Amino acid sequence: MYQDFDQKHIPSELIRIEGVSKSFSGVQALREVSFSIAPGQVHGLVGENGSGKSTLIKILAGVLSPDRGALFFDGQPFRSVSPKRAIRKGIQVIYQDFSLFPNLSVAENIALVSEVARGAWRVDRRRVRELATRGVRLLGVELDLDALVENLPIFQWQLVAIARALVQQARLIIMDEPTTALTRIEVDSLLKVIRSLRDSDIAVLFVSHKLNEVCNVADRLSVLRNGSVVANLDSKPFDPLGVAELMTGRPPGGRTVRDRPDDRRVLLSVSNLARQGAYSDVSFDLQEGEVLGITGLLGSGQTELAMGLSGLLPAETGRIELDGKDAVIDGIQSALDLGIAYVPEDRLREGLFPKHSVLENLLAASVERSCGFLSFIDFQKFKGIATAWVERLSIKTSSLDLPVETLSGGNQQRVVLAKWLSTEPRVLVLNNPTAGVDVGSKTEIHGILQQLAEQGCGIIIVSDDLPELLENCDSIRVMSKSRLSERLTAEATGEDQLYRMLIGEVH
Amino acid sequence: MIRLKVSDPHTRLLMAMTVAVFLAMSLLKPGVFLSWNNLRSISFQFPEFALLALAVSVTMLTGGIDLSIVSTALLAASAGAILQTQVFENPSSLAATGLAVAAIFAVGALCGGVNGALIVHLRIPPILATLGTMQLFSGLTIAVTGGTALYGFSDRFLFLGNSSILGLPVPLVIFVLLAGLTGLLLTRTGFGFKLYLLGGNPRAARFSGINSAQILLRTYILSGVLASFAGLIMAARSNSVNADYGASYLLLSILVAVLGGINPDGGFGRISGLVLAVLSLQFIASGLNMLRFSSFAKDLVWGGLLLVVLAVHQAVKNRRNRATGPLVAEDKR
Repeated sequence: MYQDFDQKHIPSELIRIEGVSKSFSGVQALREVSFSIAPGQVHGLVGENGSGKSTLIKILAGVLSPDRGALFFDGQPFRSVSPKRAIRKGIQVIYQDFSLFPNLSVAENIALVSEVARGAWRVDRRRVRELATRGVRLLGVELDLDALVENLPIFQWQLVAIARALVQQARLIIMDEPTTALTRIEVDSLLKVIRSLRDSDIAVLFVSHKLNEVCNVADRLSVLRNGSVVANLDSKPFDPLGVAELMTGRPPGGRTVRDRPDDRRVLLSVSNLARQGAYSDVSFDLQEGEVLGITGLLGSGQTELAMGLSGLLPAETGRIELDGKDAVIDGIQSALDLGIAYVPEDRLREGLFPKHSVLENLLAASVERSCGFLSFIDFQKFKGIATAWVERLSIKTSSLDLPVETLSGGNQQRVVLAKWLSTEPRVLVLNNPTAGVDVGSKTEIHGILQQLAEQGCGIIIVSDDLPELLENCDSIRVMSKSRLSERLTAEATGEDQLYRMLIGEVH
Repeated sequence: MIRLKVSDPHTRLLMAMTVAVFLAMSLLKPGVFLSWNNLRSISFQFPEFALLALAVSVTMLTGGIDLSIVSTALLAASAGAILQTQVFENPSSLAATGLAVAAIFAVGALCGGVNGALIVHLRIPPILATLGTMQLFSGLTIAVTGGTALYGFSDRFLFLGNSSILGLPVPLVIFVLLAGLTGLLLTRTGFGFKLYLLGGNPRAARFSGINSAQILLRTYILSGVLASFAGLIMAARSNSVNADYGASYLLLSILVAVLGGINPDGGFGRISGLVLAVLSLQFIASGLNMLRFSSFAKDLVWGGLLLVVLAVHQAVKNRRNRATGPLVAEDKR
């Protein structure tokens, strides 16, 4: 019959998900999700935090089994999926943390998993090397096979993880938010690598909420909202703004900065600030109510500078003036006493106490000064303060006693913000304030920052999200090789120009 | 985590266990276990041990540990013993007894301060720092006592270990007061609030401007002082100080702390849980003793109980995790 003929063809779909639903203790995480991924295609999966992306990845990886619905692989029903069976079928997931062994070499990381899976009893160095070489060649990049993974920049971790997937005969590589920790140049190279995978007939599921990147690289696109697929888009080009609207269900926000007079009082004045190996010769003024953006390639010293202003990496030389008076910042306490607060980048490790309650998290930064060593805590007062912040920043939580880790990313970030705002800062320094936050929350967080600026708070946003800076800042400075550029006004600077400055084409 | 809540599943489990053990022992040996004498003897026995568990618990809440508690207790007690037996002419006077007691606390606080300084200023991991001071303090104890038992305390001093106030054994009164104060300190003061946060995520605590060094230092001093109270009771109860006394207490107090729900990674755990754990273990020990089991049976049952409680606790957590999603066993509650 026709079947023989059909099998000669490359199947038009590698994996198909049909009517998959999944709920966790009454919460519907996925609702009747259907779409299919074709071999040699980059399939974008976008959705806000909490829209069900992670659950879907876990179902594809065999970690979770769906309550209803079915998976088909090569047109065959794929039942009782387990992680092992999923890997045998060629489904590889690259999680955000890459799951690499930092203490092993690149070659070992690429080859060992498949060697173990093969049931090898001992490590055959030659074979490991061969496998690793093959993996790197498939990827088409240069990697030092003998380097320890812990010494590599994050971008190369990503490459090692992809190479590892390739030597395991991957047919579908799922990448969970692969660009979170990458700078723009690195993102560009990653997208190039992904396109080359497509040429060797490997399918990629690119899961992200960075719409520009997804729209750029994907051949097809599925949009998740509240656990349902609201759109399957089959042909390019994709319009990021349109996708954002599909994803959030509301029209996207525009530039949030209003015109502000340029001659306000100088709040913070920094001259020739330097710290060995961190930042050097940094000078700038920050006016009352000004939003200053600082950007730079990873490792250019912008995080160090932010930590310097907030006392975590205090300057060794230079001068800081606050309100025209000399200020000494030699530790986080002195920065806080002066009213300078720092919102760190790594929410779960630096910003929050994940297992502790929302209340405790909200008060963590102000308790040092509001409450002495042996003085009793007025829990009624604490509750009042916490409730006020929950309302003011519309943090969605059913109780102040819930562990903050149970909140969604956007709400967690608001808790971090509130925690710092409760110290009543005059200068707020934020490091990538909307990393890993969904589009809706991002807009609201930007709104909060603008409101603060309106009230006279000076704001410094360190970010590698250029559109974010252009939308929110009055002025922008680029940091490169530990030094800060001249002041640029956001209105007069385009994204392209900023990007070219960033990579050093323009000075 | 701030307020004492009986709704906490671990505390509920412990409470049920304590009541069950108490009822079982009362039913098995009704005349003996429930007798006034037995309850009295229990209340003399457990406070010294419970205070050591309390001492190690406060450090575990910060994510650290204090392995030097028993050595601290003995070094502090020997300071008191030397004052009592060799220095003062009239050791029974109120002043002499008071000074001996004060010396015990001072030595305890000093030992804790040494631990804290090693951990805070030299950044030695707590487990190593206190392992070192454990050896150091017990070496010092042997040096100052000459390796033999010191005995011959004054009557007034012995009162602290052997008498009763209003029918309540003095060691019990001391323990209840200290446990209450510690509980209050942990759950109601700025110090406690910050201590729990520090234990939960030291890095975030630093970024939040919490003065971690100060809190750690004070926590280890508190641990030393609590341990020195245990030393005081030990000395007064047995009328002697011996460098070998209480050697098995160290690991047992860590066991009690973990059984009581103190998370060894820091950040979580309540004093109420600790007290319940101590009580249930003590009831078991005393009951087994009455049932004429060998003293080794106690170790067997205690060890088994710890494993059962941990297993139940983990099973409940695993089931909850399976329901809500996280893949791997979480490292913290």
